[in-house]
Amino acid sequence: MQNVDDIDRRLLRLMQHDPTASTADLATQAGLTKASCWRRIERLETNGIITGRTIQIDPKALGYEVEVSLRITLDKTQSNAFDVFIAEARKIPEVNEIQTFLGRVDVRLNVLARDMAHYQDIYRTRILALPHINDIESLMLIANLKNAESLPL
Amino acid sequence: MIDFDDTDRAILRTLNKDGSLNAAAVAKRVGLSQPACWRRIRKLEDARVITGHAVQLNKEALGFGVTVFLGVKLATKGRVSLEAFERAVIAIPEVQVVQHVLGLYDYRLKVIARDIADFERVLRRRVMTLPGVGNVEANVLLSEETRPIRV
Repeated sequence: MQNVDDIDRRLLRLMQHDPTASTADLATQAGLTKASCWRRIERLETNGIITGRTIQIDPKALGYEVEVSLRITLDKTQSNAFDVFIAEARKIPEVNEIQTFLGRVDVRLNVLARDMAHYQDIYRTRILALPHINDIESLMLIANLKNAESLPL
Repeated sequence: MIDFDDTDRAILRTLNKDGSLNAAAVAKRVGLSQPACWRRIRKLEDARVITGHAVQLNKEALGFGVTVFLGVKLATKGRVSLEAFERAVIAIPEVQVVQHVLGLYDYRLKVIARDIADFERVLRRRVMTLPGVGNVEANVLLSEETRPIRV
């Protein structure tokens, strides 16, 4: 929280809204000089407030028509179940998200597949082979209705 | 799905690893001239393979310490209730992601909050009051990693 003032928040809002805006554009919109705008962005990056920039890729455009969210509970009687499971899950190239939770679900894997036959193959040969699984539930994605990773600053 | 060649794939892999690279830097890494690389990136954007750019922020440092995923089952179904629910849930600023899914739940939501008390406020006042909402399951995010999509 330290070192983030209202002007920083305004800058971050503008950057979330238009991530490819130039420093000059951001400066104009935030009412700053270009030099002070540049210094603030530099400081936000150094302080680890801005951690990076990414592009968003549509998996469908790459031929991945099927997206499934696998909600997994692990056998916690094994003391290292999480670590061993996650290390193995990382080896599956079709798994593009790994999340751990406090709740009824322990781990969630997001799986991308070209079609249902491909998904079935990944599920049977790779997912079910993962260690320490107690139970799996799957949610198949029908549509993304909102995907705004921006923060209400 | 558009036709890609190996150079397009190399560009996507490079940008996927580091989205802050400009066309000149990408060009150097994949062995293209800058204008040729810029044209290819534009082509990938026009074809909606690259759907956008994003700035990654440190949520915790900005005061958003809690991320919760909700599985929501609707109590009543029918076209009207789906639309009313969707319209209302999309409008909640703390709800970052809304996915219509098939399975045990009807919707997956990603909710960010300042702390657990703030999350409880969002859950009680915003989510539980949504039209048609039924069973809700909450899982608090402990860690997450995203891995590059295989291109």
